[in-house]
Amino acid sequence: MRNRKRTGWHRFINGVNISTFLVALFIGLPLYWLIASSFKTPVNIGVDPPQYFPDPLSLSNYKSAFVDYDFGIYFRNSLIVTLIATALVLFLGTLAGYALGRLPMRGKFPMLVALLMISVFPEIALIAPLYILLEHLHWLDSFQALIIPYTAFNLPFAIWILRNYMLGIPKEMEETGRIDGASPLRTVWSIILPQALPGIFTAGIFCFTACWTEFLMALTFNSSNSFRTIPVGVSLFGTIDITPFAQIFAAAVIATVPIGILVFIFRKFVISGLTSGAVKG
Amino acid sequence: MATVSMDQVNKVYPNGFHAVHDLSLEVADGEFMVLVGPSGCGKTTALRMVAGLEDISSGIMRIGGREVNDLSPKERDIAMVFQNYALYPHMTVAENIGFALKLRKLPKDKLDAKVKETAEILGLTEWLNRKPGQLSGGQRQRVAMGRAIVREPSVFLMDEPLSNLDAKLRVQMRAEVSRIQRRIGVATVYVTHDQIEAMTMGDRVAVMRAGVLQQCDNPQVLYDRPDNIFVAAFIGSPAMNLYEGTVGDGGRSVRLGSQQIDLPGAVTVAHSGLASYAGKTVVVGLRPEHLPAAQAGLTGPVLTGDVDLVEALGSELVIHFTIDAKRVVAEGAHAADAEAATISGEGVARVDPRTPAKAGDRLNFAIDTDGIQFFDPDSGAAIWT
Repeated sequence: MRNRKRTGWHRFINGVNISTFLVALFIGLPLYWLIASSFKTPVNIGVDPPQYFPDPLSLSNYKSAFVDYDFGIYFRNSLIVTLIATALVLFLGTLAGYALGRLPMRGKFPMLVALLMISVFPEIALIAPLYILLEHLHWLDSFQALIIPYTAFNLPFAIWILRNYMLGIPKEMEETGRIDGASPLRTVWSIILPQALPGIFTAGIFCFTACWTEFLMALTFNSSNSFRTIPVGVSLFGTIDITPFAQIFAAAVIATVPIGILVFIFRKFVISGLTSGAVKG
Repeated sequence: MATVSMDQVNKVYPNGFHAVHDLSLEVADGEFMVLVGPSGCGKTTALRMVAGLEDISSGIMRIGGREVNDLSPKERDIAMVFQNYALYPHMTVAENIGFALKLRKLPKDKLDAKVKETAEILGLTEWLNRKPGQLSGGQRQRVAMGRAIVREPSVFLMDEPLSNLDAKLRVQMRAEVSRIQRRIGVATVYVTHDQIEAMTMGDRVAVMRAGVLQQCDNPQVLYDRPDNIFVAAFIGSPAMNLYEGTVGDGGRSVRLGSQQIDLPGAVTVAHSGLASYAGKTVVVGLRPEHLPAAQAGLTGPVLTGDVDLVEALGSELVIHFTIDAKRVVAEGAHAADAEAATISGEGVARVDPRTPAKAGDRLNFAIDTDGIQFFDPDSGAAIWT
């Protein structure tokens, strides 16, 4: 009968689920291939017919990435630059987002428009002048050569997210704080910030990802091996003669781990942070 | 000495909007004062000026005898309950209640004791470790009150705290709020748009309209002796029936359409000012509860109407009827009035549930002339002596 209710696993067979499965497959298969290949021996990576599951399972690529290709240095550098830049973006962005979203001040709209214009400005157009500036400051081949530009380029987007999130917090929260006797700073710290955490997490994840994967500035400003970050370092694994796919796969897997962990932990905040303020709640 | 004293207080916003006009009001220690009026009448603005959340454009605000115009909310020794409670969602009930005491750097043991005591008063002891998101609307409302009570302020301010509750819970919480206020004995200024809340809770009720105080009195006086048409129409549910009427000689009768109503001597004496309106038009007010169905053999004045609709409430019948007099609208008192004005002569009466009445009948209503009201048609002011 047409209207008979499906039972068992049959009830999962519908258009939405099939489409979702196909999309997940499209996204997940390359990721699986990357991970699987990172555990294959170099010989088995390009073998025909292809090996769908590593056999033998080997950790030698991971060891080689660290020992033979200085991946440890690149990972450390990426971590330092990304964490500091993200912390700066969140600190400054939260304060700016609060001011633009909650405080009475003139010129808010022009400021927001300016921020938007900065955020869509092509990075490549600024590489040359930035290079000259950093050279004058003697900052080339240093952590600050990346930290400061990363902060500057990611701040506008963070401010937009945080400002929109702050707008969704009822103004009675601050008024209650005032009546209770909280100073403005105490109000921000104890009352506003805890409620803005989803927005902060969202901005943090986006900033972290942007800094972690940034290539152009990292390549241009830090040519010394001791200050290279992961994207640049891994791209230089190969030589004219050899492209060490095995070690590249292993390095790529390690590089995705921090982002994967962050997004997994804070996944529910990512959606709420992006869509906050869209609907009155 | 009044706990709260407003002396010719005005609020004008930067865009020129005059929200509150020359408001003068006093709230005594322990008194429950209700500010009531339709949306946009300035009652919340007035409350926020008491709290210090809005600047005062002119006039003097005093709390506990001292002028507070330039004092911050923290320095005014007030506590406020907002319409949406404004509970801190990331703190537990105990932390919400104790937050103000924590800011005052009260020792932890004393803070915990005060929080516990307050929770016991409000029946929140078992919820102290929960967060607001885990509580019902009524519980959140009590937490908001607890946060106010624990500070032991000299004035409570409440901005429509029951608006977000469902009808049944609102009735229950009304009584609870009144009980708590009487127990604490703190002067309270309570804002609401619901005249039933105002009448049941307030020691005195201040009716506002368009930023102007219309009348401030105890609920029964507002009901029996409204100062003007607006107060008369706003107070009472269903609203007072208002008609254009022509005054007879000496103010001893009034004609509504084709029906003449002779006024007893006591009414003529009480409304002696009516005599000066002889031959002229006045506004006549008759409350629905003052129009019971006329019994056979009744000798007093009667109003005859054509029944349009009968609503059975169990305890009474609400009868919608029509007479051939022109209905008067008290602008802003009730949204339904604008529509009713197009239905000439529509009225409402509350009668005994056993009255045999149905749509299409012609029914006689016995007029309780003790409750009849008269108003000047131009100024809207009540006509008495």
